[in-house]
Amino acid sequence: MTTSPILLLDNVSRVHGHDETAVRALDGVTLEVHAGELVAVMGPSGSGKSTLLNLAGGLDQPTSGRVVVEGSDVGAMSLRDLAALRRRSLGFVFQDFNLIPSLTAAENVALPLELDGLRVGKALRIALDSLEAVGIAELADRYPEHMSGGQQQRVAIARALVGNRRLVLADEPTGALDSQTGEAVLRVLRARCDAGAGGLLVTHEARHAAWADRVVFLRDGVIVDTTGTPPSAESLLDSAAAV
Amino acid sequence: MSIRRGLLALLAQEPMYGAQLRSEFESRTGGTWPLNVGQVYTTLARLERDGLVEGAGGADAEGRIAYRLTGQGRAEVQRWWAAPVDRGDTPRDERVIKLALAVTVPGVDIQRLVQTQRTATLRHLQDLTKLKRVTSDAAEQHTPDGRGPGQRNELAWLLVLDNLVYAAEAEIRWLDHVETRLARESTRAPKTPHRDTATSQTDRSPSQTDRSAKRASR
Ligand SMILES: Nc1ncnc2c1ncn2[C@@H]1O[C@H](COP(=O)(O)OP(=O)(O)OP(=O)(O)O)[C@@H](O)[C@H]1O
Ligand SMILES: [Mg+2]
Repeated sequence: MTTSPILLLDNVSRVHGHDETAVRALDGVTLEVHAGELVAVMGPSGSGKSTLLNLAGGLDQPTSGRVVVEGSDVGAMSLRDLAALRRRSLGFVFQDFNLIPSLTAAENVALPLELDGLRVGKALRIALDSLEAVGIAELADRYPEHMSGGQQQRVAIARALVGNRRLVLADEPTGALDSQTGEAVLRVLRARCDAGAGGLLVTHEARHAAWADRVVFLRDGVIVDTTGTPPSAESLLDSAAAV
Repeated sequence: MSIRRGLLALLAQEPMYGAQLRSEFESRTGGTWPLNVGQVYTTLARLERDGLVEGAGGADAEGRIAYRLTGQGRAEVQRWWAAPVDRGDTPRDERVIKLALAVTVPGVDIQRLVQTQRTATLRHLQDLTKLKRVTSDAAEQHTPDGRGPGQRNELAWLLVLDNLVYAAEAEIRWLDHVETRLARESTRAPKTPHRDTATSQTDRSPSQTDRSAKRASR
């Protein structure tokens, strides 16, 4: 199956600031995420992971290079088209969860669907399914301030996964979760990718990165290594024997 | 296997006598792997037979012969630094010993070494995770209320897999720690004995204190 990627970063660089204070947060990064694929990004603090994710989600513009989502160059889009793309195709889990305090869990999750024109009742029903998938259906009517950090995080994940998102971007989505819940979230994300979405996951936890098909290592804004297309156990043994 | 490689790595720095190799090996790996002189000489004899080391000149006044690397031996050391340690049939410790030696032998690209090992370990972790997925999917295929022996076996297997997962994760965290630790070390002002004594006791690396504690207790 030769398809064009859902997400393409083509030689992307991002410089924050100017002159002496300039920080090269990303430096010539090229990365593809295909349908059905989950890619994890690892790297030390400050290595450019969030910058990469923000560029992929059209929340920030590259200094040079191209960001292409589902065939469209994000840099060349009108603001209107960009907003529509973010609503329909992209699910985003932010490092800080970004929930709206005046809305319940279910309303937070339903919001992107309503913005996209779905009837409220239908949107809420879909939102409930999404909350169920991350194991917090019983919290549907709670407000964010009455939830623990880990619960808020799961609402944010449910919101990112709701509807038929083609590309899910997640920045440390398991940060505040215990090991069981963290693994449950990875299962949901994995299932979504197996069902045809593309996923890009930033994490510090190797155990969670290992759910991805490919792990990319960033250092100082540069991709320094990748686990590549995961080799079969046999080919791992072969390469070890060749050493 | 790693004694062999460890001795080769030490000889890459300079020619050494057997007894010297033994004490260097032990002090640089924090005494985690004590060797006896017999082991060292047997290993040296094998290395010489395989053309990886040779005598550096004749015996000195005390009858000791220093060994040095051949071109082939040098290439073997380079291969060891460049490749991740195979999980298959080596003790886990080889990764630790290799790193301890890499830090003390000049001219090794440690950042590269750490990254190569981390990528290899993450691949291993991906394989384990895939096994977990397959196993737990299979467990769910059973009748929901079935508590048969098959299900217990799958649970047992899952717990074993979790253990391997956490062990691999610990290794990666250790490698992350090594990387930041070395980065901090290299950005420090050039080390002089004066500065070192000026820094407080709490600034000392825990490994350093652990190590001296271990020595003292032996
Ligand atoms: N708006 C900004 N202005 C100036 N510098 C910035 C800005 N955003 C990020 N940076 C810098 O760019 C670099 C990469 O930052 P980024 O947030 O992408 O790192 P990260 O890998 O996500 O780190 P963490 O793991 O701590 O979340 C850092 O040096 C950071 O200080
Ligand atoms: Mg970040």
